[in-house]
Amino acid sequence: MIEKLFALLLCHFAKLLTGVRPLWQGCAPEPRLRVYFANHRSHGDFVVVWAALPPELRRRTRPVAGADYWLNGGFKTWLINKVFHAVLVDRRPERDGPNPVDQMAEALRAGDSLILFPEGTRNLGEDLQPFKSGIYHLACQMPQVEFVPVWIENLGRVMPKGALVPVPLLCTLTFGAPLTLQADETKPEFIDRARSALLDLAPPAN
Amino acid sequence: MPSDHTLFNVFAAVFAALALSSGIAAVLKWRLAPGASSAVIDNLNARINAWWWMVGVLAVAFWIGEGGIIALFAVISFQALREYISLTHTRRGDHRALAWCFFFFLPAQYVLIASHWYGLFSILIPVYAFLLLPISATLGSDAERFLERAAKVQWGLMICVYCISHVPALLTLEIPGFEGHNAQLIFFLVLTVQSSDVFQYVWGKLFGKRKLAPAISPSKTLEGLVGGVLTSTALGAALFWMTPFTAWQAALVALTINIVGFFGGFVLSAIKRDRGVKDWGTLIEGHGGMLDRVDSISFSAPIFFHIVRYWWV
Repeated sequence: MIEKLFALLLCHFAKLLTGVRPLWQGCAPEPRLRVYFANHRSHGDFVVVWAALPPELRRRTRPVAGADYWLNGGFKTWLINKVFHAVLVDRRPERDGPNPVDQMAEALRAGDSLILFPEGTRNLGEDLQPFKSGIYHLACQMPQVEFVPVWIENLGRVMPKGALVPVPLLCTLTFGAPLTLQADETKPEFIDRARSALLDLAPPAN
Repeated sequence: MPSDHTLFNVFAAVFAALALSSGIAAVLKWRLAPGASSAVIDNLNARINAWWWMVGVLAVAFWIGEGGIIALFAVISFQALREYISLTHTRRGDHRALAWCFFFFLPAQYVLIASHWYGLFSILIPVYAFLLLPISATLGSDAERFLERAAKVQWGLMICVYCISHVPALLTLEIPGFEGHNAQLIFFLVLTVQSSDVFQYVWGKLFGKRKLAPAISPSKTLEGLVGGVLTSTALGAALFWMTPFTAWQAALVALTINIVGFFGGFVLSAIKRDRGVKDWGTLIEGHGGMLDRVDSISFSAPIFFHIVRYWWV
């Protein structure tokens, strides 16, 4: 109960602070099994994607987050587990736990869509970093799932890494046309296609 | 000497004009063939509906008094600055300067106006922000396109905060024989300039042929400009009785602020074209963003303020 209330408050707060405006350019907000993949500049990224989804979609959408950042006990852990129901993955290569791709595929099989940041970590630069290969392995395991590119504009400027005060800019989320893995597509081909699809949604650089 | 019912009466007149416009728009929509739809008429209806809200909010602010008016324009500045900075390319190194704009210079400007401190509110942004913001930006240790970024931040603060704050600043003027009626100057300014936008739209839609500058604003026509500016100048002249001006003075002042206001919209259109957008935002349905609505006010307010201050105070 308190989790649901908190989630609702957080959604309204995110919308108020960022004025977030979703543009469904390449697809409609439909209840289909999807992986929303977005550029990553700020900790607030998955919150705005999540808040911008219509409530019935939001209930069945889970962000994918790094366990090392969120699992330090206390409030953060409660937030990520109970409010966002995140799929927490261990990003370290030397991990001995479950494989992150298997964890994500399991969530999709259970009927939940995902929010994923294929750059792997927050990007401090101006452009898009190379994608990690997890997105391809996930597409191989779940070929029927739609991969929807989501360009987040401005949120990195609201609260860049290391900033103390957020600046109240307006954010825009552009949802592009869904991608699925083609029959004979190789790993670099798919990753390249996904990355260009996301970059195509970015507004022209100044 | 205007009576204390002046503002009540003129607001009632504006609401009556809105009711008439809503009636006309409803008839236009009703006369369309069944099942047909027209983007122009839908947009007209959306615009008029938004005007009900905007005039309503303005009326509440006037009813509250000086505090309400100052707070309203502070919020307008905040939203306009938000829209401006959102569409303007700044870098990580500007974050500190932007935080200063939103959380120090904007509130400080309006606090100074509330305390009627002309000597400081007229130089806070052109002098102190102008010097301090680039200093703050250099602390971000990023020299790329530095001059361009510093100029953009300062320009946005001038347009969205400094210029717009000159509307409530009219309340600080001490005009002999006009004490206690300064809010009527705000009404005169806002009604004249906004009606100029409306009349330009109407004249342009009805008679517009010759495009003024398609590269900057595809919808502005010569017929719209001349017809709109002259109609609202006549309206301004007809409102002379609620100002310290004579009828001819009121006409001249209205003409000046209408022309400046027109170019305000024009300049901000040029920025929108450069950034590749049609509107500054989506806040006001049918109109676009806050800055789309107040661009003409932003340019005309300081000019109007100084005309009144120079000749009537």
